[in-house]
Amino acid sequence: MQKPDFLSSDVKPAGESWVWVTSMGLGVGLTMIVFLLGMIVWNGLEVFWPKPVVQLELKSGSLAGLNNAPAFGGEIIKTQEKAVQALAADGSPLPPQREYQLFVGNKDIYGFGYKFIDNAEIVGETRPTDVIVAERLEYGHAIFRPRELRLTDGSVVPAAASAFDSTLAGLVRESNKRRVTIRQIERDQIGDINRQLEKIRLERRAIESKGPVVSPMDQRRLADFDVTVVELQARYEQLAASARVLRGLQSANRIVYTTMDGAERTLPTGDLIDYYRPNQLSLFNKAGIFVHRFWKFLSDEPREANTEGGIFPAIFGTFVMTLLMSVAVTPFGVLAAIYLREYAKQGPFVRAVRIAVNNLAGVPSIVFGVFGLGFFVYVVGGTIDQLFYSLSLPTPTFGTGGVLWAALTLALMTVPVVIVATEESLSAVSRGTREGSLACGASKWQTIQRIVLPASLPGILTGLILAMARGAGEVAPLMLVGVVKLAPTLPLDSIYPFIHLERKFMHLGFHIYDLGFQSPDSEAAKPMVFATTFLLILLVVCLNLGAILIRNHLRRKYKTSTF
Amino acid sequence: MNTVTLPSTSRKTMTQTTVTTAPAGNPPLNPAYIQIKGFSFYYGAAKVLHELNLDVPEQQVTAFIGPSGCGKSTLLRNLNRMNDLVDGIRHEGDIFVNGHSIYDPLIEVIALRKRIGMVFQKSNPFPKTIYENVVYSLRVAGRNGKAELDEVVERSLKGAALWDEVKDRLGESAFGLSGGQMQRLCIARAIANRPEILLMDEPCSALDPIATAKVEELIHELKKEFTIVIVTHNMQQAARVSDRTAFFYLGKLIEYDVTTNIFQNPANAQTEAYVSGRFG
Repeated sequence: MQKPDFLSSDVKPAGESWVWVTSMGLGVGLTMIVFLLGMIVWNGLEVFWPKPVVQLELKSGSLAGLNNAPAFGGEIIKTQEKAVQALAADGSPLPPQREYQLFVGNKDIYGFGYKFIDNAEIVGETRPTDVIVAERLEYGHAIFRPRELRLTDGSVVPAAASAFDSTLAGLVRESNKRRVTIRQIERDQIGDINRQLEKIRLERRAIESKGPVVSPMDQRRLADFDVTVVELQARYEQLAASARVLRGLQSANRIVYTTMDGAERTLPTGDLIDYYRPNQLSLFNKAGIFVHRFWKFLSDEPREANTEGGIFPAIFGTFVMTLLMSVAVTPFGVLAAIYLREYAKQGPFVRAVRIAVNNLAGVPSIVFGVFGLGFFVYVVGGTIDQLFYSLSLPTPTFGTGGVLWAALTLALMTVPVVIVATEESLSAVSRGTREGSLACGASKWQTIQRIVLPASLPGILTGLILAMARGAGEVAPLMLVGVVKLAPTLPLDSIYPFIHLERKFMHLGFHIYDLGFQSPDSEAAKPMVFATTFLLILLVVCLNLGAILIRNHLRRKYKTSTF
Repeated sequence: MNTVTLPSTSRKTMTQTTVTTAPAGNPPLNPAYIQIKGFSFYYGAAKVLHELNLDVPEQQVTAFIGPSGCGKSTLLRNLNRMNDLVDGIRHEGDIFVNGHSIYDPLIEVIALRKRIGMVFQKSNPFPKTIYENVVYSLRVAGRNGKAELDEVVERSLKGAALWDEVKDRLGESAFGLSGGQMQRLCIARAIANRPEILLMDEPCSALDPIATAKVEELIHELKKEFTIVIVTHNMQQAARVSDRTAFFYLGKLIEYDVTTNIFQNPANAQTEAYVSGRFG
């Protein structure tokens, strides 16, 4: 009997065998993304995990040590096979050798932070329990074995004494508190005086720029200014003196220690920010230190050319700039899309405009940066300065890069994304729904405003999410229109008018570039680059999550028809 | 604004004064509320309606029947100028509502549509709550008084026989309703602003028999208050709900008469063939 051919197992539906290609496409993409994210997250977080410190004994006569000492030590960063194969005396290759990379710290002594050492040079390895890893104000971390504390009153607390730990902890806490006070005096109070002096200078210039001072009222005001300036100067002297006294106290107590190579050093306890004993930590302690260091990284300002300290200003700058950009791009893009889709007569011209908008998305971002610099900064900002800030010229106020111009430049760059997404979602609102509204006696604008726009809000938000993701990760144009390596102030603070759109700002993307490629010590910067990248991704994810939550809320509210 | 409102007449006086006694079994012949005079309509070069002449009487149900593509929906959509949205249209002749031309340049089309409600073939509730769907026509007219809106919602939903089913969930999305409920919601929305005319474009074509029966029952109730024009493919439905029936074929009005005559005693052979199911 003949087998019916629809049962035949060798008849395969056409194209089924290509399914694996599509799944491979997704698989490859996913693997790469997961690998990239995994690498960033691992490297970015591992920095904060405290590692044990080893002391290495070198074989006698070895020149691999530091300062010709027979021993040195540090945190083990990694071990690896030597890239260059060593040769024996007769030129034959030796078996592959391994090497350590150590973080030796103590940059003030060695001049560098990381060192490679051949395993062959090492004869002994110990983990002394009394080792301290301390974060200092300058020269990065110190790794040492404490000897004694020399206090102001002349007393000495040896490291072996039971009071040593509590005394050192107390001193560090005290000096940290004092540092906050000094900072408050120098930055807030003296900064306030400086602002008042600057205001007086501008007002004086306003009076004097009108010509010779003749009116008695102006003369009285000038005299008042002189009095105020003297008062302010006096207050400044007073504050500066008290800051000086506090600074003096910072270096009053000293800690004496030996580095791992045996050299003895003294350091004012006021220079210590934080310390821990890496070889005495339980897992729980380590986790605590991990969280603490991560939090410090999030919330602190950068120190030492950005290679130490935290990156809070960069996070904040990125956040404010991205929000400003969203605020600027949304109405602009949505209105343009409404006109293009709803009102413009569809024809060759509108099609050309649409193509032009799509092509705008392909313009290199640096071109937008150049445009932003030329148009926003020099033309618009320059004009604003001429009109409203002429007194402080030649120092520019808006006529230089700032967070507002950066946001507008990125808004211009991302507006095609919003226009395209909005157009798509507007056209997705069915004709039947529009006719229903018109049949109720609504005008076209009322239909758009009350029916079409709410129904397309989720789609518009999708466009905004894409725009934010693109804007937040952009670096090149920002370098021209307002991002700096180190901004002394935040674009948002408690000083009137609270939001300072003209200020320069720090940005995570630029921070990564700056740390990774402009830093003198690339080894020291590497962990910071990973950690900063991790945070940038985290920030973009958070911003997107926010937008997605709003979108889902709107979707529920304006649930679209099921058929 | 250069707008004129259509001359509004009190319905009570109309009904009191103008009822003519019709032959036994036939509905009374009310005066014409919509008058279509020599109306032709073009999509681009294609002439889809040919010199139609038709009077739609007040407070009765007039059904437009005919095979697909005969132009009945196009005519209906011209009555509230919904076809204005289509590019490349053109018309000849005129349509009068209550004695006033709807193509008068002084007519504001929005004002016209406020007086002519429309129910579509596919229910098209707005992505809003049930409450906001019903009061939409009042909102766009700038009427936002809470008490008024509440009253309108209750009256309209009761009028659309939906009140008992949804009164406890007026604040929920209209998309949570069943297909039949959605269509009745659209009817409630169309009658909320108390229009004079209600246009229904195959209102039951997407509904199951039970929902259809409810809507038909509703049409019987609504004609006490509104002048209704209904387009339908379903001849039984036309026979059940309408007082007068117009049969269209290829853009021409073939026959227009009292419904019973159309179905039982058509004057035209094509009509007879269509209503008896021999073509179409």
